[in-house]
Amino acid sequence: MAKRILLAFVAIALVVAGAYASFFVAPTERTMGLIQRIFYFHVGSAWAGMDAFFVCFIANLLYVWRREPQYDSLGVSCAEVGLVLTTVVLITGPIWAHPVWGIWWTWDARLTATFVLWLLYVSYLLLRSLIEEADRRALHSALFGIFAFIDVPLVFFSIRWWRGMHPKPVVMGDPGSGLDPTMNKVFFFNVLAMHVLAAFLIVERYLLEQMTHDVADLRQEVEAQ
Amino acid sequence: MKNLDSVFAAYLIGWAVFFVFYLTIAKRTANLRAELARLKNSLPRPK
Repeated sequence: MAKRILLAFVAIALVVAGAYASFFVAPTERTMGLIQRIFYFHVGSAWAGMDAFFVCFIANLLYVWRREPQYDSLGVSCAEVGLVLTTVVLITGPIWAHPVWGIWWTWDARLTATFVLWLLYVSYLLLRSLIEEADRRALHSALFGIFAFIDVPLVFFSIRWWRGMHPKPVVMGDPGSGLDPTMNKVFFFNVLAMHVLAAFLIVERYLLEQMTHDVADLRQEVEAQ
Repeated sequence: MKNLDSVFAAYLIGWAVFFVFYLTIAKRTANLRAELARLKNSLPRPK
């Protein structure tokens, strides 16, 4: 319990410090102005979301291989947290896009791939809610989760492979791309903050899933008597 | 200070999404704890 409270405190402190750095430490971008400050929160959430889906993918593979319920719990926890982070990306993106592009949304490759990613993980969670038997639910959702992860590299590489409205990557991008050194530090601080927040939420969600299994086992015990 | 309201909106809505998600976890945990206690009480006590 003490470790969970400590993790919560660290996550909140880092997220607040990250926001402070985004507003008051990072310099104002020359062409976009203030609105570019959404970048730190938007991209930090996107990276943490994709990493949550990656852990979900590994947990799904491990479940298919070893059929141990803790991998199913980890898979669903990461999928839910990844979905929440992707929701934040899909909300903050249009708020940033509107003053810059003059439109809220366009069916650009990056935006479409991200929206499809969101739909895939909504489907993953819906699929779980439709299957009652625990082992079948775990196996089917693990197989679907492995399939859904195919979209994550597509999201990542979409701005490298295809031209669109979404800006080209400024971090790990083409030669000549890059960020101002202070912006770079603020950016990676925010990436760290969002990863710690994601880790905290995954731990909380995992413990909830374990408790769900405990309740199901106890219910069976009570019904058997 | 152009677009300051949009920047604030993005951060506030984002944080609200995380907060609401955490609240749903806390609520589901509280419900399960109550269910767990109820089931434990319904089991016959060992003599």
